Amino acid sequence: MTIVVGYVPKPEGRAALTRAVSEAKLRGTDLVVVNSSAAQSLVDESLASRRELDEVRRQLDEADVKHDVRRLVRGREAAEELIEAAEETGADLIVIGLRRRTPVGKFITGSDAQRILLTAPCPVLAVKADV
Amino acid sequence: MDSVTLLLEGFQTALTPQNLLYALIGVTLGTAVGVLPGIGPAMTVALLLPVTFTLEPTSAFIMFAGIYYGGMYGGSTTSILLNTPGEAASIVTALEGNLMAKKGRGAAALATAAIGSFVAGTIGTVLLSLLAPTVVELAVQLGPEDYFALMVLAFLTVAAMLGRSVIRGLASLAIGLTLGLVGIDTQTGQARFTLGIPQLLDGIDVVIVAVGLFAVGETLYVASRLRHEPLELIPVSGTWMTRSDWRRSWAPWLRGTAIGFPIGTIPAGGADVTTFLSYATERKLAKHKEFGHGAIEGVAGPEAANNAAAAGVLVPLLTLGLPTSATAAILVAAFQQYGLQPGPQLFEANATLVWALIASLYIGNLMLLVLNLPLVGIWVKLLQIPRPYLYAGIMVFAALGSYTINLSPIDLTLLLILGFLGFLLRRYGWPVAPVVLGVILGPLAEQQLRRALQISQNDPTVLVTSPFSATLLTVAFLFLVVPPVLRRWQRRTEKEIALESEREEADLTTRP
Repeated sequence: MTIVVGYVPKPEGRAALTRAVSEAKLRGTDLVVVNSSAAQSLVDESLASRRELDEVRRQLDEADVKHDVRRLVRGREAAEELIEAAEETGADLIVIGLRRRTPVGKFITGSDAQRILLTAPCPVLAVKADV
Repeated sequence: MDSVTLLLEGFQTALTPQNLLYALIGVTLGTAVGVLPGIGPAMTVALLLPVTFTLEPTSAFIMFAGIYYGGMYGGSTTSILLNTPGEAASIVTALEGNLMAKKGRGAAALATAAIGSFVAGTIGTVLLSLLAPTVVELAVQLGPEDYFALMVLAFLTVAAMLGRSVIRGLASLAIGLTLGLVGIDTQTGQARFTLGIPQLLDGIDVVIVAVGLFAVGETLYVASRLRHEPLELIPVSGTWMTRSDWRRSWAPWLRGTAIGFPIGTIPAGGADVTTFLSYATERKLAKHKEFGHGAIEGVAGPEAANNAAAAGVLVPLLTLGLPTSATAAILVAAFQQYGLQPGPQLFEANATLVWALIASLYIGNLMLLVLNLPLVGIWVKLLQIPRPYLYAGIMVFAALGSYTINLSPIDLTLLLILGFLGFLLRRYGWPVAPVVLGVILGPLAEQQLRRALQISQNDPTVLVTSPFSATLLTVAFLFLVVPPVLRRWQRRTEKEIALESEREEADLTTRP
């Protein structure tokens, strides 16, 4: 009975988090926030700093939602980390943020969203940044 | 001929659209490799040597010089924004620069680094233009025993100043000298160290050594280290330089140039020492007591010093053919590839090339200033390239380049062996630059030694009787003794700085 949300410090990540919080309150479940990086490049904009994640924890406390914020740097793709977190906690919803990717972009670095949609053990809610 | 006239003619050659394009390519490439940690101008020039074989020498050298200078500029961006030096010479910039960025003054730090680099680079190039003809006049009077003494000095200083200990440096140098001996001896026709393999009779090409040690070795080393977390990138923020920043920076720029250029000209093994000296000087002279919190002088001085040192290194390189750093050694190899030998003869026979090169240094400096500041965002994007792709590309280029030299698979095997050697050197903290220096300078030094002995009818005292060589050899001997002292002082300064910043951090975290 948990909701897993994939967080990145960008507009789509924040939109996903907001939506995940409202879903959690709606269903009365707790939230597992996963922020990960494959650590393949020297600078990774998807990885949130510890300070940012503390801020996320504070926001979740304010919203009165039970939470578990995880920052994983294990050299695995974000899709893998999310699926594993969902399987481990027996989640009944995964929330992710979407952004527009050009076909070339998807070809070069793959589409995490597509991987999650296809391999998730539970329903997936995809949120766009402007929603 | 008057050197000003020669320089103006050099500008004429350097300002052609073709050479301007090569200069632009060179400085862009140089900045890009300067930004990426672990990849530097030495490796890039080595990788490009096979590719540029068909180009006109002037254009190729303009590009190489652009890469060389660009590397010095690019390293500061990574140091300031990531607290990781892009180049070894930028380690000190990270100390104050990153603190400035954390305080929201990143833009000012980048600006002072870039402008300081420009000022120092230009002044350094002016000094180069003035000094080169004078040194060439002196150099013509030198005999082979003097050249030999110079090379011994270069060997010992590079071995002693780089790396963690003199013994390691000398060991690396020994490896390089051995590799340089492989092949047929030109004067006696004897095959040396060829292990019975006929393809080794031509010796091991210096490109393969450089590419193997730098490119392949670095790739293996990066692949071997445990994956560590991506670093936090501090966004470029704050205003560009304010008036008080300018006032505080111009003196460190000039002092940095004054420290960097002379030390760059002598065989002192690279820019590390100059940046530390500049940092220590600025610290002592600082009036604002901001050191340890992001003092702009701590960025202005060292950045100027390392660019001035880069210009200084070109003085012995062009006038005497004496390389004093790894990149300089590869530039010597580049000269040899075109059948040119840097030294006084170069100024006589290929004056146009040399002065076009010097002229393009001025142009390159200007281009770098323009490129660095507005395009910071692009350089930062480079850091987001996943390293597997980056290093895979480098390996492909390295293998391709090495294969094209002789179209022989033995070269690829050698590349891998040398790459593994490069990995071992890095893994155990042995310096890599002395190996390259040994490979390139070793044969030259041997040539001069034998020439000197032949002229003196096998009398070995000729090596020490000439006043020039006697002085140099004494200095060389001193270099075996002095560096440990200098290094201990450097370590002590590093430790002091580390302790101070730890104290600062402790203060910050205990404060509520």
